[in-house]
Amino acid sequence: MKLNGKCPTGPIDTQWSRYKNEIKLVNPSNKRKFKLIMVGSGLAGASGAASLAELGYNVEVFCYQDSPRRAHSIAAQGGINAAKNYQNDGDSVYRLFYDTVKGGDFRSRESNVHRLAEVSVNIIDQCVAQGVPFAREYGGTLSNRSFGGAQVSRTFYARGQTGQQLLLGAYQALERQIGAGAVKMHPRTEMLDLIVVDGRARGIVTRDMVTGKIESHLGDAVMLATGGYGNIFYLSTNAKGCNVTAAWRAHRRGAFFANPCYTQIHPTCIPVAGDYQSKLTLMSESLRNDGRIWVPLRAGDTRAPGQIPEAERDYYLERKYPSYGNLAPRDISSRAAKQVCDEGRGVGPGGRGVYLDLAESIARLGEGTIRERYGNLIEMYERITGEDPYKVPMRIYPASHYTMGGLWVDYNLMSNLTGLFVLGEANFSDHGANRLGASALMQGLADGYFVIPYTMGNYLATEKPPKVDLSHPEVKKVEAEVAERTKKLLSMKGKRSPDSFHKEVGKVMWEKCGMARNEAGLKEALQAIPAIREEFGKNLSVLGGEAELNQTLEKAGRVADFLELGELMCRDALVRDESCGGHFREEHQTPDGEAVRNDEKFCHVAAWEWTGEGKEPVRHEEALEFEFVHLATRSYK
Amino acid sequence: MSGNDLHLTLKVWRQAGPNVPGKLVTYDAPGISPHMSFLEMLDVVNERLQEKGEEPIAFDHDCREGICGMCGLVINGVAHGPRRATTTCQLHMRYYKDGDTIVIEPWRAGPFPVIKDLVVDRAPFDRIIAAGGFISVSTGNAPDGNAIPVPKSSAELSMDAAACIGCAACVAACPNASAMLFVSAKVSHLGLLPQGQPERKARVLRMIAQMDAEGFGGCTNIGECEAACPKEIKLENIARLNRDYLAAAVTRRPETGSGGAG
Amino acid sequence: MSAIPLSDIRPLGATVGKKVLLAVTGLVMYGFVFIHMVGNLQLYAGPEKINHYGELLQNAKPLLWTARIVLLAAVGIHILLSLQLWLKNRAARPVKYSHQDYQAATYASRTMILSGPIIGFFIVYHVLHFTVGWAHPDFVKGDVFHNVVVGFQNPFVSGFYVLAMVCLGFHLYHGAYSLFQTLGLRGPTVDKRLKVVLTAISMLIVIANISFPLSVLAGIVKLPAVSAPASASLAAGK
Repeated sequence: MKLNGKCPTGPIDTQWSRYKNEIKLVNPSNKRKFKLIMVGSGLAGASGAASLAELGYNVEVFCYQDSPRRAHSIAAQGGINAAKNYQNDGDSVYRLFYDTVKGGDFRSRESNVHRLAEVSVNIIDQCVAQGVPFAREYGGTLSNRSFGGAQVSRTFYARGQTGQQLLLGAYQALERQIGAGAVKMHPRTEMLDLIVVDGRARGIVTRDMVTGKIESHLGDAVMLATGGYGNIFYLSTNAKGCNVTAAWRAHRRGAFFANPCYTQIHPTCIPVAGDYQSKLTLMSESLRNDGRIWVPLRAGDTRAPGQIPEAERDYYLERKYPSYGNLAPRDISSRAAKQVCDEGRGVGPGGRGVYLDLAESIARLGEGTIRERYGNLIEMYERITGEDPYKVPMRIYPASHYTMGGLWVDYNLMSNLTGLFVLGEANFSDHGANRLGASALMQGLADGYFVIPYTMGNYLATEKPPKVDLSHPEVKKVEAEVAERTKKLLSMKGKRSPDSFHKEVGKVMWEKCGMARNEAGLKEALQAIPAIREEFGKNLSVLGGEAELNQTLEKAGRVADFLELGELMCRDALVRDESCGGHFREEHQTPDGEAVRNDEKFCHVAAWEWTGEGKEPVRHEEALEFEFVHLATRSYK
Repeated sequence: MSGNDLHLTLKVWRQAGPNVPGKLVTYDAPGISPHMSFLEMLDVVNERLQEKGEEPIAFDHDCREGICGMCGLVINGVAHGPRRATTTCQLHMRYYKDGDTIVIEPWRAGPFPVIKDLVVDRAPFDRIIAAGGFISVSTGNAPDGNAIPVPKSSAELSMDAAACIGCAACVAACPNASAMLFVSAKVSHLGLLPQGQPERKARVLRMIAQMDAEGFGGCTNIGECEAACPKEIKLENIARLNRDYLAAAVTRRPETGSGGAG
Repeated sequence: MSAIPLSDIRPLGATVGKKVLLAVTGLVMYGFVFIHMVGNLQLYAGPEKINHYGELLQNAKPLLWTARIVLLAAVGIHILLSLQLWLKNRAARPVKYSHQDYQAATYASRTMILSGPIIGFFIVYHVLHFTVGWAHPDFVKGDVFHNVVVGFQNPFVSGFYVLAMVCLGFHLYHGAYSLFQTLGLRGPTVDKRLKVVLTAISMLIVIANISFPLSVLAGIVKLPAVSAPASASLAAGK
């Protein structure tokens, strides 16, 4: 099946405004008659729910945390891009559009990306008005920094806590609507299934994580803003609770999963310290502005960093990519780190680490300036490792961080399943095969503040979804299936914890479907994962009851879904026989290790259809056409 | 396991549900690496409990990088443990000695009932924000970001206050279980910016009214909140809140209807 | 839930409002205590001075009663509100920690609820002792000097005065500091200096007040032998 992204045609710079002029609108007094369901309360979810409620719709929001303010968007450090050109350095909507398409290695939709670049400027305005305390210049104007993959300064930031501040802005807007009675909030509530009636997404089944109560919630449309699936690797920079369950359950109910193999490995994380490690901590990429990345020139050099003379250091990013240097895009930087570690030149315990050295910047700008810029990051590093970056170079290593793949959506952010909308990281739409730094916050907020309010109105006005109530047999059926699944997880009485399975599948994924993949490895993974799944089905142990807070039960349900997703990721990675962005197939690289795309065969989106347990999923394609940016080899040399 | 591993004794608050009595239960915890985080130590203890067929200890946590505000334990009588400006998840076991006994309790406050073991309900914080902790600007209404210059010093002070992660350690540490530091952080964050001025007085009145309604204690200027705060929110914010409150109380006028005519 | 209408909010009924009233009444009492201390320093100037000062106050009836009423009201409000707040604060933590390790709390700040009642009890005693005279062994109306010296010659009475003044010192120290915080008068630039000044004033009040009974006990301040032979012989007879 050829998928249709429903993108507007014509000149790219007027597509979105023409679309907005042509869509159908819902009469203000009719808006309150619609009920919308939003799952997730991060940047996309909170901003979308608040904006829709401001328009007059009834919105119900669900999140697994105890408060919507805790969604993992909060952990984004570096910043948010916007084509404001406040710095007068030649930035423009076109350039942001171009950089994003190129950064995504020409695997994203031009129309979506251009819209993203256009609304980026409105996001900054909105956030400033909400009271987001962005960094300022002495004159009171907004300050910018530069970020990987761009040659202009277009990143707005609030110290190293930009995600936190943007999320608090969206959260406050959401709480305002909760206070006004327009949004009903369901914290500590997990979506466990999607209710589809007559081919249309009509609601969700949830579990109250405190009482264990399984409940159905119906609405005129369902929106998923449930984030990415980076926790498939067990060790990632995601929060411990991040999971794929909502998206995966929707996938099992018919929503296509697009490009699952596109995962982003972030180059600057604190390396693994031991086998008890529960998560990895990211050090903002902005550190690369003032930190130089190096490893010893000689393999097996175990001297302390301070004792390695300048001449025996290899500043490999500066050497390989002279024009971008330490600011080369994430996928390139990550692979370069892996490469030097594979050569035996890695540093720290286990040899999986490279230095990020602030010494030169401290000498040039003074410790005070560095402290002002990165103080909280450096403190965090010191807390975790017990080492002082003002004296010793930091050790960093890549870690899973973001997933570009996700549920397939069209230009309206609607999946192939009518009435199911997917926002933010949970969808696949804007970043292609690689996301640029400071673009995730931009996309989440673009979807929530400025896209869904329009496209949702158009959907409701056009489709006028018929009434469904809780007594509908399909609702009862899905509810019963959820209850059944929960019972099954509790009744296995095996020996192993869900975490132990998660660690096992995570290791397979990291080794075979991580920073670099190859055919043999992926085939091994496709053997290994079903075996883990089978063992999971026999030997899982979940203690505690159903009608209470049961963190092991929650975890078990999520791991079960990761065990299915992992297989799909490997399958997608195997079929995509090219290297592009975050998907690096070792068979397809230049002699100096650069990714080689195959535009003839793979210039498309792969969207997978679930066909049932134990059955092969079906791969659909959506062709990508590049009218405004010419397909070119991505070069950051 | 290495020679540096710690052998600890944990005394952990176990409580099966909201309305049942709980108690401190002692666990032996050998083989704890000093490089583990506090929560990783609990993970290890939980994994061992699970192996023995005992229910793991429930505790809240999510990002494990000190920003989401979900985790929070009172460790040996100190909210978030002994290290200054550090959340529980960022506390590492290298601050403990072999043979130490560690008492772990949940946040204790009337408005935060225990849900299970170390997990408490912090919903009152959301309700305080919903009562007025925002700037009323609907999507699409915003002027250009640079239209209103914000003095760098105001932006910085505002950011200091906005760094609050809503973990509620301030409440847990306060002998009165007062939420004043939390409320003052939000009042300061928004009140220090030009954008926050129109609602400044109503905001502080509403948030305090909600805080009182939730059953938090009052501030007696003791300073435990400031000492416990992982984001180093300052008592100065409470002074600012008080100032704003006084100004709002003195200059308050009855609300008048503002319905437009047609 | 929906937003609380502003018209339903009674600012002085809220915890923060009550704290403001506590601060204002505390300030009134602080001022009184300071003036009282300064006035009493005349004890060192001999009987004439201080008796004359007492007479002066007694003769300014309208002023005296206004001050008394204001002070009584301040004390009443202060006690009532602190009790209300104390009860609310206690209720806010129904289950105590098995162990709480304070990081920043000063001794003074944690014992306000103890030092307060002790001072309250002291005030009642002090009025009965030196103003009304019911609790005085040899009260001579109008002879302030005599009353003070005789009153303080009892080491238990003096001891209680000293204890009460130490409590007052703690109470004033934390109270005054709190007052600035509660009225929003604190800022980063005044903070350090404020603490120094408040500590100094509180200590001055305490030291001066404690010096009175101690001076009497040490015999530095004593009844003049000529003008009051009866008292002197009484003392000698002991």
